[in-house]
Amino acid sequence: MAGIDVSKIKQDFPILNRVINGKRLVYLDSAATSQKPKQVIEKIKDYYENYNANIHRGIYKISEEATEAYIDSKRAASKFINSSSYNEIIYTKNATDSINLVALSWGEQNIKSGDHIMISEMEHHSNIVPWQMLAKRKGAVLDFVRVNDDLTSLDKDSLAENLDKCPKIVALTQVSNVLGTINDIRGISREAHSRGAMVLVDGAQSTPHMPVDVKDLGADFFVASSHKMLGPAGLGILYASSKVLEEMPPLIGGGDMILTVEKERSTWNTIPWKFEAGTANIEGGIGFGAAIEYLNSVGMSRIREHEKEITRYALEMIEGIKNVRAYGYPANNIKDKAGVISFTIDGVHPHDVATIFDSDGVAIRAGHHCAMPLVKSVLHLPAVSRMSFYIYNDERDVDAAVEAIKKTKTIFKKV
Amino acid sequence: MPLDIYAEEIISNYEHPHNKGKIDSPSVKLHENNPVCGDDITIYCAIKGDRLEDVKFEGDGCAISMGTASMLTDFVKGKSLSEIERMDLNTIKELIGMDPGPARVKCATLALKTLKGSLFLYQHKEPDASTKEL
Repeated sequence: MAGIDVSKIKQDFPILNRVINGKRLVYLDSAATSQKPKQVIEKIKDYYENYNANIHRGIYKISEEATEAYIDSKRAASKFINSSSYNEIIYTKNATDSINLVALSWGEQNIKSGDHIMISEMEHHSNIVPWQMLAKRKGAVLDFVRVNDDLTSLDKDSLAENLDKCPKIVALTQVSNVLGTINDIRGISREAHSRGAMVLVDGAQSTPHMPVDVKDLGADFFVASSHKMLGPAGLGILYASSKVLEEMPPLIGGGDMILTVEKERSTWNTIPWKFEAGTANIEGGIGFGAAIEYLNSVGMSRIREHEKEITRYALEMIEGIKNVRAYGYPANNIKDKAGVISFTIDGVHPHDVATIFDSDGVAIRAGHHCAMPLVKSVLHLPAVSRMSFYIYNDERDVDAAVEAIKKTKTIFKKV
Repeated sequence: MPLDIYAEEIISNYEHPHNKGKIDSPSVKLHENNPVCGDDITIYCAIKGDRLEDVKFEGDGCAISMGTASMLTDFVKGKSLSEIERMDLNTIKELIGMDPGPARVKCATLALKTLKGSLFLYQHKEPDASTKEL
C-alpha cells in the first residue's frame, strides 16, 4: 500500500497557510476538531450559492437538489460505516447528541431500577454523563471498567467482572481521546451480546482515522461527529439497525418527524426521519458528504497506516528528551493505538506547555480533555498536554512540536 | 502570543515560590480553584487591625497562577485591607509587567481574587464572597 502524499494533502487545507506568531500553523489538535479541506468548503459554498432550499419539499428544482444532496450524504455515511441502508443513519448535532438520543429514547424505554449500565474509565464525558443521568432517573447502576495499570487498555479482569453483572447496555469508546487506545470492540461486543446486552460504540475518535464497520464491530448503536472527520461542526451520526430504530420512540417532536398531525394525536414518520424533527442542518449534511468523499479518495486504510507511522516517529523523538512522559505507551508500542499522544513535562504545567507551543505556532490541547475520571482518578494529574495527528500532519510538524518541547525546557530552568 | 508572559521573574517565583505554606490559626483562609485548568489555591491571612500582617498560600497550578501568587503575596504583605480591596487586574498587570491576555487572565488573577475573597469573608463573614470576578 502506497503511503499518502501529505505535502499534496496540505495544499487542500487553506488554513494551513496561516502564520501564527511569525511561524506557520502546525495543527496538532485534530482529536478536538479537524481542519476542513477546500473540497468541503466549496461544497457548502456551492449549496448556498446554487441550490439553497429546504429539504423534503421537492416541488421545485432547487429543493429537489438539496434533498438529493442531503440524502446522498446519508448514503455515503451509511456506506462509510457499512450499515445496511441510509435509513439507519440519523443525523444529530454531534456524537454527544447521538448518545443522549439513545439514553433518552432507548434508555428511557428499556432501563429499569437495578439494571446495570457498563461504561469505562476512559470515556469522554459525552459517554459518561448521559448514562449517569439515565441511571439517576431510573435507579440503575453505572459500572466503570477500569483502565489497566500501564494505561494501555481496558483491564481484562475488570472487563470480565463487569460483563458478568449482565449489563443492559455496554457503551464504550472505540478509541480513547486521551490515551489513543483502540479497544477490542469486536471481542467485547461478542461477550456483551452473549449476556443479552446492547452495545453502543462511541466512534468519535475512530471513524475519522481508520476503517470502521458497524457490523463487524457488533455495534447496536454507533455514534460519530462530522467535525472530527474534515466535515462541518453541528452534524453527528447515530447508527442503529432498522429494527432497533423502529422500536425506539421519537425524542423530539415537530415538523418532518410526523406523517399526520391531528389536534389530539400524531403519527410518526418512517426512520430515519422520525428522529429528525425540524429543518435539518442541511449544509452540514451536504458538507459532511463531501468530507466522506475526501476521506474515501485518500483511503481509510492508508490514513490509518500514515497515522501509525507519524505516531511512531513522534514517540521516538519524544523518548529522547529527558523529563518528558507520554502516557499509555510502554516500550513505544503503537499496536492498537491511534494517533493521540498525551504527555507531560516534569515541573511544567500542561497549560504553560500549550502556551509556549502556541508561541511557535504549534496548536496542541492541554487540560482534562473532557475525560476527568481518566485524567484525575486514573492518571492522577490535574491536566495533560496532548498532540493528535491527522492526514495533513507530517514529520516536520512533529519536529516543530519537539522544538517547542525544547523551548519549554529552556524557559523552565528546573526541568 | 509573545512569550513576555514567561518573564524570568514569573518563572523564578514559580520554581522558588515565596510565602508558600500555611499560617497556623489564620485570621481567615480561603480555598479557590479554577476547574477548567485545575489551578488550585488556598490563601491564609494573618490580619491585625486594618493591616495584612502576614499572608501565605498553598496550591498547585500553572506558572502564571503560582508565580503570580508568589509575587502578589510579597507585594500585599503589610498593606492595609482597604488598599488591597482596591486592587484589580491592573495591579496584576503592573506587578507581572505585562497583560496576561484572555487565555491566561484567569490564571493571573486567581491569587488576587482569592485574597480579596478571603478579606471579604473576614469582614462580612459571608462564605460565598469569593465568587466575584475581578
